[in-house]
Amino acid sequence: MSTVDKERTEAVFEDFKPAYSHGQALSEANRCLFCADAPCIKACPTGIDIPQFIRKISTENVKASAKTIFDANILGMSCARVCPVETLCVGDCVYNHMDEPPIQIGKLQRYATDIAYAEDWRFFRAGADTGKSVALVGAGPASLACAHELRRHGHACTIYDKRAVVGGLNTTGVAPYKMRAERSEAEAAWILGIGGIEIEYGVEIGANKSWDALLEAHDAMFVGVGLGPDHWLDVPGRDLEGVVGAVDFIERFKPGTVELAAVKSAVVVGGGNTAIDAVRELVGLGIPSVTMVYRGVEDKMSGYAHEWNAAKQEGVVASFRSQPLAFEGEGHVTGVRCAVLDDAKQPTGLQRVIAADLVLLAIGQAKLEGLLAELGGVTFERGRVVVDEAQATTRKGVWAGGDCANGGKEVVNAADEGKRAAQAIDAFLKGAG
Amino acid sequence: MVSLKTNCGGIESPNPFWLASAPPANSGEQVQRAFDLGWGGAVWKTLGTPIRNVSSRFGGLHYRNERAIGFNNIELITDRPLEVNFKEIYDTKKKYPKHAVVVSLMVETREEWKDIIKRSVDAGADGLELNFGCPHGMCERGMGSAVGQEPRVNEEITSWAVEYSSVPVLVKLTPNVGDILPHGLAAQKGGGHGVSLINTIKSIIGVDIDNFVPMPVVANKSTNGGYCGQAVRPIALHMVAQLARSPEFKIPISGIGGVATWRDAVEFILLGSSSVQVCTEVMLRGYRVIDDMVEGLEEYMRSHGFSTIDAMVGKAVPGYSEWGELDMNYESIAKIDSDKCIGCQLCMVACHDGAHQCIHPDASGTTRVPVIDESECVGCNLCQIVCPVPDCISMVEVDNGHAPASWNQHLAGEGTLRPKKGSH
Ligand SMILES: Cc1cc2nc3c(=O)[nH]c(=O)nc-3n(C[C@H](O)[C@H](O)[C@H](O)COP(=O)(O)OP(=O)(O)OC[C@H]3O[C@@H](n4cnc5c(N)ncnc54)[C@H](O)[C@@H]3O)c2cc1C
Ligand SMILES: Cc1cc2nc3c(=O)[nH]c(=O)nc-3n(C[C@H](O)[C@H](O)[C@H](O)COP(=O)(O)O)c2cc1C
Ligand code: SF4
Repeated sequence: MSTVDKERTEAVFEDFKPAYSHGQALSEANRCLFCADAPCIKACPTGIDIPQFIRKISTENVKASAKTIFDANILGMSCARVCPVETLCVGDCVYNHMDEPPIQIGKLQRYATDIAYAEDWRFFRAGADTGKSVALVGAGPASLACAHELRRHGHACTIYDKRAVVGGLNTTGVAPYKMRAERSEAEAAWILGIGGIEIEYGVEIGANKSWDALLEAHDAMFVGVGLGPDHWLDVPGRDLEGVVGAVDFIERFKPGTVELAAVKSAVVVGGGNTAIDAVRELVGLGIPSVTMVYRGVEDKMSGYAHEWNAAKQEGVVASFRSQPLAFEGEGHVTGVRCAVLDDAKQPTGLQRVIAADLVLLAIGQAKLEGLLAELGGVTFERGRVVVDEAQATTRKGVWAGGDCANGGKEVVNAADEGKRAAQAIDAFLKGAG
Repeated sequence: MVSLKTNCGGIESPNPFWLASAPPANSGEQVQRAFDLGWGGAVWKTLGTPIRNVSSRFGGLHYRNERAIGFNNIELITDRPLEVNFKEIYDTKKKYPKHAVVVSLMVETREEWKDIIKRSVDAGADGLELNFGCPHGMCERGMGSAVGQEPRVNEEITSWAVEYSSVPVLVKLTPNVGDILPHGLAAQKGGGHGVSLINTIKSIIGVDIDNFVPMPVVANKSTNGGYCGQAVRPIALHMVAQLARSPEFKIPISGIGGVATWRDAVEFILLGSSSVQVCTEVMLRGYRVIDDMVEGLEEYMRSHGFSTIDAMVGKAVPGYSEWGELDMNYESIAKIDSDKCIGCQLCMVACHDGAHQCIHPDASGTTRVPVIDESECVGCNLCQIVCPVPDCISMVEVDNGHAPASWNQHLAGEGTLRPKKGSH
């Protein structure tokens, strides 16, 4: 039941890191030192036993390798593609301390998990029915990981999502050169294959169904709603056509289509990972001139350096120390007027105008505090749902995980938090027996 | 000035590197190409009554990223007509008068030996090698290792060969025996001018676990074969040294088994070989490996002050002694260079699970560099062996104040042994 468009725009992208062949995987796996108490394991938020899964690739015991991965992280297939491994597992490989390239853990993980998908190996069975049911709000990575773990313990699950697609930002947000929407959908289908997980699409909790109604209908609740819409810049011209939120834009072209033939030059405002993804995507989609507009200096960008270096190689230019003052144009945007800042982000009095017929705002996503306010007893800190180490909110019977609780991290964090929440929910439901 | 000129049992060659009797020395065209590239000699693929070979003949032992660290074969002696071989030997010798062309032979009866030796010498052979070593196929016919395993038969056939031959005779020994010495001495007694060892070791290289047949598979069956290549070098070195250090054994040795680099050749020479023979490394990588072998050996000789091969032969033999002569009071311990350590902790797990439980995590928890409990370290080397970083773990001698004392001295009531070290 794919909801992605066959002719969708993202289909033009190739994998940035191509898959390993059998021989490449063997040779890389054989380089792994099989460290004791390996640092890479600690660097993986889901704690995959990386040396073990790699050793199992090296002995051509791929099925057991995949099981090791999925046992710790049921989203191991997409994580293998979308994790910023350079700052996670690969970044802590001991080879970094030697004059040796670190083990390509993500690519090996992809090798094992892709085979598992191709062969349709299933490793987990639902636990004996407990008669309990859990509501999960949002069908993103956090809820999928949570629901799968709950099913292993035998609890019935219903996931509610306001959208019509499964997978959350893993389907609609992740850059297509890392993973295409259909792959995330295939992952969701594979996870749901454990059985006993209902999904209700087009249901926005808090709008067309109340939080309380959910809590009444279920024995526990997991909140995995992610973040809200793109932040906006409140400057003149803010409503011009062609000024679009970056996450919103990405969500339109990944599972669907966008018409970009008329766009000659595009500007992306921001310096984080969404901004870097957006500029690389615009270049990949064939826009002749793509500029990143960022207030600070290059080495202060919050986006990953390895991603930004790739963007530069692909032809992206940047206008650093530039603060948008206004979007110019009549009806449709034609340019961005910026104040030129100094290194301390103070105005220098100078201005520059950058031509643009498409402007994407990548300056962060709103927190969904307002939406959740109706869920009495849940508390917030800087817009995030407050949770304890077991992902429990301050309201009894309600757990939360993923971007809405961590403020916006990675898929692998959502997978970890969803899974741990499920373990806590299981203890709660069994205790409440 | 360094000279690589070699004389092994009276057979001379410009350098000590010979192709072993095997596929790389199967034909004149091959041997001549090898000489052009720098090989000093070749032991021709064993001649005898031509046989037939099976299809699927070799097997490789692969380990991690390394292909064929061990190699096995079930092929027999030459399958080409004798007259063709002799003609090619003649042509080769004509074109390469200074290179060593040794002809390997394996036949059954005295008459056959007489005949084939005459033809070999007539063709211009610089020497003969009696193949008493092949562990498969031929021994079932009463040849090869069937002869090599019987010192009396070995001695007798060797004496025939020496009688009929006007050129030096080397006896190629099989390693498929409990103690190599009686076999080396038998060759010497029979009048052999030298020995070559080792031939291949009886082996099954692996099993096809889907079809339940050992490898290499011939149709639906397999057979035991001969093992060679890098993995057998330690066995070959031991056998060579075993002969070289025996006071009774006095004839030259041509060392064979797992020679892949100049360094391996140096090891064989230091343990008593005056030439080395190579088969598997050439089968895997071609004759061109000779470049590095020759240049590496020359450089080694220069840097170690050897001007001739003869000066090197057997240099490490006196250092090879019985366990009972080792100094029990010598003490070494492992030291980790914390600047080099990458924190893989392989030494720790190895010491804990496979040695003496004396490498521990740093107690402060601030570094992954492990700590060695020197009072417990028995100096076994395991940590140094598993460490992936060059020169990170070194074994350092400890001055413990005890005068040297061997086990034999201890048994004889001389010398005092230091107390046992380590509580494990
Ligand atoms: C552009 C972009 C690129 C990214 N790239 C990467 C990457 O390369 N690698 C990586 O690891 N991470 C990446 N991330 C982050 C990653 O996508 C998120 O951390 C992850 O998806 C969070 O999962 P989640 O389940 O918490 O939330 P989401 O994936 O956001 O899913 C939340 C779901 O909840 C639904 N929902 C929201 N409100 C309601 C409601 N009231 N009722 C019902 N349903 C609701 C939404 O429709 C959505 O489907 C990226 C994020 C963005 C924006
Ligand atoms: C395929 C093959 C065929 C061989 N044929 C012979 C032979 O005909 N006569 C012989 O004396 N030794 C033969 N050998 C043994 C080699 O000459 C040599 O003794 C042995 O392989 C060890 O050396 P290596 O480790 O360099 O290969 C053969 C070895 C191989 C691999
Ligand atoms: S899930 Fe991500 S961080 Fe963890 S091992 Fe896999 S690629 Fe690395």
